[in-house]
Amino acid sequence: MSVESLFPRLEPLLPKVQKPIQYVGGELNSTVKDWDEASVRWALMYPDAYEIGLPNQGVQILYEILNELPDTMAERTYAVWPDLEALMRSEGVPQFTVDAHRPVRAFDVFGVSFSTELGYTNLLTALDLAGIPLDAVDRTDEDPIVLAGGHAAFNPEPIADFLDAAVLGDGEQIAIAISEVVREWKEEGSPGGRDELLMRLASTGGVYVPKFYDVEYHPDGRIMRVVPNRPGVPSRIFKHTVMDLDEWPYPKKPLVPLAETVHERFSVEIFRGCTRGCRFCQAGMITRPVRERSITTIGDMVENGIRESGFNEVGLLSLSSADHSEIGDVAKGLADRYEGTNTSLSLPSTRVDAFNIDLANEFSRNGRRSGLTFAPEGGSERMRKVINKMVTEEDLIRTVTTAYSQGWRQVKLYFMCGLPTEEDVDVLGIADLAKKVIQAGRGATGSKDVRCTVSIGGFVPKPHTPFQWAAQCDHETVDRRLRELRDSLRGDKEYGRAIGYRYHDGKPSIVEGLLSRGDRRVGRVIRAVWEDGGRFDGWTEHFSYERWMRAAEKALADGPVDVDWYTIREREEHEVLPWDHLDAGLDREWLWQDWQDAKSDVEVEDCRWTPCYDCGVCPTMGTEIQVGPTGKKLLPLTVI
Amino acid sequence: MQRLRVRYAKRGRLRFTSHRDISRAVERAVRRADIPVAYSAGFSPHPKISYAGAAPTGTASEAEYLEIGVTRPCDPHRLRADLDASLPPGLDVLDVVEARDSGLADRLEGSTWELRLPGVDPEVAAKAVEEFVAADRVEVERLTKKGLRRFDAREAVLSLTVQDGPGRAAGQEPDRPCVILRMVVRHATPAVRPDDVLTGLRLVAGLAPLSPPEVTRLAQGPLDATTGEPADPFDFDRVGGDR
Repeated sequence: MSVESLFPRLEPLLPKVQKPIQYVGGELNSTVKDWDEASVRWALMYPDAYEIGLPNQGVQILYEILNELPDTMAERTYAVWPDLEALMRSEGVPQFTVDAHRPVRAFDVFGVSFSTELGYTNLLTALDLAGIPLDAVDRTDEDPIVLAGGHAAFNPEPIADFLDAAVLGDGEQIAIAISEVVREWKEEGSPGGRDELLMRLASTGGVYVPKFYDVEYHPDGRIMRVVPNRPGVPSRIFKHTVMDLDEWPYPKKPLVPLAETVHERFSVEIFRGCTRGCRFCQAGMITRPVRERSITTIGDMVENGIRESGFNEVGLLSLSSADHSEIGDVAKGLADRYEGTNTSLSLPSTRVDAFNIDLANEFSRNGRRSGLTFAPEGGSERMRKVINKMVTEEDLIRTVTTAYSQGWRQVKLYFMCGLPTEEDVDVLGIADLAKKVIQAGRGATGSKDVRCTVSIGGFVPKPHTPFQWAAQCDHETVDRRLRELRDSLRGDKEYGRAIGYRYHDGKPSIVEGLLSRGDRRVGRVIRAVWEDGGRFDGWTEHFSYERWMRAAEKALADGPVDVDWYTIREREEHEVLPWDHLDAGLDREWLWQDWQDAKSDVEVEDCRWTPCYDCGVCPTMGTEIQVGPTGKKLLPLTVI
Repeated sequence: MQRLRVRYAKRGRLRFTSHRDISRAVERAVRRADIPVAYSAGFSPHPKISYAGAAPTGTASEAEYLEIGVTRPCDPHRLRADLDASLPPGLDVLDVVEARDSGLADRLEGSTWELRLPGVDPEVAAKAVEEFVAADRVEVERLTKKGLRRFDAREAVLSLTVQDGPGRAAGQEPDRPCVILRMVVRHATPAVRPDDVLTGLRLVAGLAPLSPPEVTRLAQGPLDATTGEPADPFDFDRVGGDR
């Protein structure tokens, strides 16, 4: 049974929409396989606009790995903008893949990667446009398995009703394993329909099938327990961890789009995981342990990536790239190799120390010294202890002084507002810090031509972090503190004009908080928002706080809980959290202890260079820290 | 510095690329093909690639032009093959010559366009074309970046004819014919684009295709006084023999 391309039906719609090129596919290094020759077919989605979704590393890696399997094919699909959505509805064109414009419903697996919870409404649009029933229980053998991954999948409960399955952690190996299970089941003639397939996946303990678990509640709304509702389903589901990143040097064939996207560069993940232990950081908690790529693999990947893509910028990605054990040699080696080639290198720099500036100097050899970014995250010494971001004011001032004196003219500082135990003075402290930064810059350069930008976002407590029990700060308080900080910065005659200020209002964080720590009852809210027209919630111009609150009031009206209950309520130690049956390897008691330590300003060191403090991940997952140094260096490239 | 002039086509679904999309694609293709492109000096060096008279987004073309400055001499034939292999299918390199002067943009005086109009009666189209051609002026409006502009779409149109024979337009059943218009338009300011002529046809005779027309630029070049058609703008560069 072959499927027809939808392109002839889509094509007449394209002249009527904005940026039609995003829907036509044909990216360099994209793959179109013969439908009939593949036995397992994946449609992979990043649930946001093409310009955001195309560069996503997770989707690119899985796309390439799955297409390398001889009997498997993978195509990509992205959220369509409302202008095309309206035309697709009126003309009856279903959700399509951009590779061969095949209907998403015809695939075996519909894999959706959630970096953020704000893509949930876009999932519903895609399902609906695809003709796939929104509720998993309504799906038939004609529908694909709807599978979620990505960081938000560590608590998929709010979208549990819409998912058939979810996987936690690194996708490389589990995607292949799932493909294998699907292939065998299809080869046997699809015995028992989709339920049997889901059962086979669930029984491994590595795939979460929400409908095989029942959630029971206390009368006051708290969860009593989450239990399997059929035999053979494990009570806990574990995350996946790829060991030895050198064996998985993807992407090898980076996708190069014709349309403009948010990241126009080739990115290499230089390590995965982070053990700095910042308590607000979900990524740092759920991706442990640290696994480095070796300097030689990084060098090979950069060389290959530039050749395959033609990009003129290379980004070295990770959660804290300056922490790679051989980052100095990596930086120098790459800067030497690409000096004079118009290939620029970038490192998302967040570490506050002089070493970071040496790195930045290496990376700016091929370009200008414009701006450096640091993330102290907390405005006061006390606040930084609470969040375990071990940076003192002295560190920061010393670092920016070095930066300014070496020719950098602009320093960007990232902060958060609404952190646990935060008071007004902690946020207003950011203004003092920014002034001292400018003071240091003027002192170091003898010039008034130095700038500093303060960028501040609202904190959202996340599952699987020590702050998972914390009360989220209400948006009125966040907004008031942000306003006072703005007034303090702008009102300063001496420094005000040298300091930029970027902030967002606190309301979106409340919705993010609801979705991050929500349970299955929040699914009704998401659905109501979507039915009311909610789309692209990550975009200010599409997001509506009022719509979310309206929908929540209605959807949660007959129960004991509301938005405040999910967001600004502190949880006690033994409350069953919606994601407690999903195991990221972190020991619950350690997380709780770390939460207590946070409240008493006790810091935790990084286990890469101090003894293990028993977060639980390595023994639970059977993993270990993999760091260098290897002692190797990058040799100059020989020109053939 | 040697400069090479490239004629390329923008075909099929690639017609939805914008000018900026094409310039990014060309820069990357040049890098992948190891073409020794020259860079501008200064803080943020840019590759020396310039474009002349790019067709609008959504419009296909058989005659787009760009010029590449290179740091060491390149054989035009080899560059043609290398760049074509490196560009995505649908952006196809058709011809490359070495530039003999700096006047390429000036030489692109007019274009030949082909418009495929789905769901239009050939007789209605012929009548509309007749009325358009008979008019002295046809005022149309178009929303530009500078706001709504009103201008004459008639004078720049040197010829406009309805072609015989069946055609096919996107989204139509293969055997369902569509009307094909062919026209030569002089480049002017403000530019008169094919959709302006369509607006004019609607205004003078109520011609309205059911779905968006498929537009292709067939040629671009100096207007030949005898034929009234654009000639090959590379003729000048080829004086002295094809390299």
